[in-house]
Amino acid sequence: MNDFQYSQQELAQFRRRVLFAALVVLVLSGALFARLVHLQVFLHEYYSTRAESNRISLSPITPNRGNITDRKGVILARNYSAFTLEITPDQTRNLDATIDALAELIDIQAKDRRRFKRLLDEAKTFESIPIRTRLTDEEVARFTARRYLFPGVDVKARLFRQYPEGALAAHAIGYISRINDDDLAWIEQEAAKDLERNINYKGTSLIGKIGLEKQYEFELHGTTGYEQIEVDAAGRAVRVLSHTAPISGNNLALTLDAALQKTAEAAFGQRRGALAALDPNNGAVLALVSNPAFDPNLFVDGIRFDDWDELNTNPDRPMLNRAISSAYPPGSTFKPLMALAALSQGRRKTSHTIADPGFFSFGGRVFMDDKAGGHGSVDMLKSIIVSCNTYYYHLANDLGIEAIARFMGEIGLGARTGIDIPGEAEGVLPSPEWKARRFKSRENQKWYAGETISVGIGQGYNAYTPLQMAHALANVLNHGRVFSPHLVDTVTESATGAARKMGAQPVRQLPLDPEHVDFIKRAMAGVNKEGTGARAFADAPYTSGGKTGTAQVYSLRGQRYAGQSKERLRDHSWFVAFAPLEAPRIVVAVLVENGGFGSQSAAPIARQVLDYYLLGKDSGGPAPEGVASADEGNVDAAPPVIPLTGMSDHAVLP
Amino acid sequence: MLFYLKRQASRICAHLDMPLFVIVLLLMCAGLATVYSAMYSMGIDRLDKQIVNMLIALAIMLAVAQAAPQKIMRLALPFYLLGLALLIGVALFGVTVNGSRRWLSLVVVNIQPSEIMKIAMPLMLAWFFHKCESELKFRHFAIAMVILLLPTLLILKQPDLGTALLVGAAGFLVIFFAGLPWKIMLGAALSVIAALPFLWNFVLHDYQRRRVLTLIDPGSDPLGAGYHIIQSSIAIGSGGVLGKGWMDGTQTHLEFIPEKHTDFIFAVLSEEWGLLGGSFLLILFIALAGRGLMIAVGAPTLFSRLLAAAISLMLFIYAFVNMGMVSGILPVVGVPLPFISYGGTALVTLAMSIGVLMSIRTHRTILVKK
Repeated sequence: MNDFQYSQQELAQFRRRVLFAALVVLVLSGALFARLVHLQVFLHEYYSTRAESNRISLSPITPNRGNITDRKGVILARNYSAFTLEITPDQTRNLDATIDALAELIDIQAKDRRRFKRLLDEAKTFESIPIRTRLTDEEVARFTARRYLFPGVDVKARLFRQYPEGALAAHAIGYISRINDDDLAWIEQEAAKDLERNINYKGTSLIGKIGLEKQYEFELHGTTGYEQIEVDAAGRAVRVLSHTAPISGNNLALTLDAALQKTAEAAFGQRRGALAALDPNNGAVLALVSNPAFDPNLFVDGIRFDDWDELNTNPDRPMLNRAISSAYPPGSTFKPLMALAALSQGRRKTSHTIADPGFFSFGGRVFMDDKAGGHGSVDMLKSIIVSCNTYYYHLANDLGIEAIARFMGEIGLGARTGIDIPGEAEGVLPSPEWKARRFKSRENQKWYAGETISVGIGQGYNAYTPLQMAHALANVLNHGRVFSPHLVDTVTESATGAARKMGAQPVRQLPLDPEHVDFIKRAMAGVNKEGTGARAFADAPYTSGGKTGTAQVYSLRGQRYAGQSKERLRDHSWFVAFAPLEAPRIVVAVLVENGGFGSQSAAPIARQVLDYYLLGKDSGGPAPEGVASADEGNVDAAPPVIPLTGMSDHAVLP
Repeated sequence: MLFYLKRQASRICAHLDMPLFVIVLLLMCAGLATVYSAMYSMGIDRLDKQIVNMLIALAIMLAVAQAAPQKIMRLALPFYLLGLALLIGVALFGVTVNGSRRWLSLVVVNIQPSEIMKIAMPLMLAWFFHKCESELKFRHFAIAMVILLLPTLLILKQPDLGTALLVGAAGFLVIFFAGLPWKIMLGAALSVIAALPFLWNFVLHDYQRRRVLTLIDPGSDPLGAGYHIIQSSIAIGSGGVLGKGWMDGTQTHLEFIPEKHTDFIFAVLSEEWGLLGGSFLLILFIALAGRGLMIAVGAPTLFSRLLAAAISLMLFIYAFVNMGMVSGILPVVGVPLPFISYGGTALVTLAMSIGVLMSIRTHRTILVKK
């Protein structure tokens, strides 16, 4: 092979290899092109979305919570604005050093730092986070003078929840506090139920826990607004793309009368107990007391440990809403209802008379009357006025437990009344069925006829909440028209200003004979005129009806009440009342725990409440300046102004 | 005087290959526009530095083009030995940057000897085969392998897997074009595949393994190693067919693309110019390689043939590796996109390569005349 041939052969091989290389170039280019087509054509939409979500951050704007006012416009829950010292981490070089420097200027405590750290973890770095709340004017001035030293630190006004009346009606109003996992589950569940309500809690950190604040949470909360913010890879805000304003929560106007509530609470003083006052004509709750109470302002900012400890270990259980969550044997307040049951079922005429020897024997047992030797000859009217036990022992025995339970159930006992706050107890309406459900052992499940006798005078297994007692009486006085007790009168939509009337329609009608109702009213009027309520209602300038009750806490085995037993073993004291006689405007049920005889402690409280409601006797109700329109404090986005008065010590941070 | 200048100018221009020159100018313009957009959000809205870099590169290209291939050939051995010496120097006294020794700190500038090898390697091997042209035997291929492996392994030790592979590829291409039998290549390929588990476990560093793993599943480490690939894929994908428009890339301007003015600049280009821009760039690189291969086919000597073919293919491979890595089909290796990425060093090496191609093209006739 000569050089030339070799060279030709070599050249040919080289050309083949160049061709091969060119082919490889085209194949690789094709692969790359295919990849680009894949990304830019087929996955374009997906990646566009991802680029947008990279770029756009939604920053929620929390709406202002709705206000709660009483029936006359007295503010019970509102938002007030206060200056807070806030840091935008984004614009601050060294957070810890900045806080240290601020601490030399303004009092910043360890708990403020802790809260800041917690909020810092939850927030985005371009959001401003409060380090101190409720700055005084002096502190604001001090900081403002040196603001240039602190880039990224600013004084801002924020809205805080406040209960201006403190503990007044605390159980009914409730409180708001930090959202926990249970609340989140609740929100999710509610949001899924109705998508159109647009329930969105982004940016919201507080939620109603009890009372109206919980029941009407989704009315009060409002609609969250948001800002679309363009952010860079480091999470810094570049510019605002769009702004959707939040819609404030709806305002609640209550049926509650704050002045009446105040009177009632004052009447209880240090005594434990509960009171429910209703307008029998429509079920409006005029006052709902549970004593002792608590200050809901304590909860808003996360309750301090010792406050929480005190509320929970206090033997008086201030957190318990006795008016709706605690059931007590009704004692003799049950008797007018027993009488009505007998009349309605045609088992007694009002004229039916018994001779009361002071006891009733049944099946080898002796049931005592409260008066030794008895009341003599007793008809139905007298049985109520003097509260004759023997009459009702007979009556219960004649009616039988089934008939009693049927009637009492119909007028609203032993079932939730449907009041618009959570936590209502059912109470106990005793019946053979109830007993079979309640007890496990065959022997305990059996109903004994002797038990019916005790039920007849409101003892035994009977247990009803004060609200149920007021509700049942209201149903009777209203001639069987049953309204659900309700605390909220109207909900005012903040967006439209439209008002929705709540609970205005009766839920059912009971077949009560007006004559029977009139008789019961007359009998109860007699109680206040000449019977067990006469002392408490002496010289009342209006007509009223009432009935005392004494519920045994501890059986004294037939002995007379001695008065020296330990305070907490003393009987509970009841009084139910209404006024005026002809057209009742108010029904009230009062329970004083361990108050002894109903006529001693419960009846005077009822008298004070009726006096105030019917006569307007002032007992230190809120001053006129506390009255404000329901819209106050719900102005969107406008820079809030700090009110000079009405700022609470227990304020709050979202 | 004017006449003299004119004559000089025409002499210089005589060694300019127009197709190559036009392609390079187009690439540089695309590069300037993209770099401007990429650097704008970093607070730099001037291109003077990169323009100076490019002018210097063009000057070097023209200068190299003036030199006849046989003159260039004479530089092969010294150049190679210098590169080798510098690599050994790096291994002994190099400056450690980002965990690997790649730089040699000289008084004036820091130079990266592995960059020199990108040119010196094909040059050396082309010279070697040219010398042994008449008696090419199997042992020559063996020697060539040694010439290839020595610097490659030194670069691998730095460690710099990407550059080692590229330098190795440049050398291998020369050997391939010199006629390395297919049987041997097939055998080598099989043995490399067989050795892969060993390489994976004992030769590759942790970060290199991670890069390969991230390529397979970027989502496995979205904030760490996968971040680059995810964000550049988002940039490219969201660009669509027509792109978001120059200066309007959100991924670019909101800093989501890392290294956006250097290694990941293709993501910027694809986001703002879309599939059209990317395809245009790809076509330019194909044209560049195609023109280079044409020059190789027409080259008169074995040295110039081998050198031109290897260089042309390497130019394409740089572009392909970079675009492949940015679009997520190759692992992340630190290779800039030729003529587009910001930076001077790479431009100089590229300009020299183009210069060599032009020299081979324009000195052909002169050689034949002789």
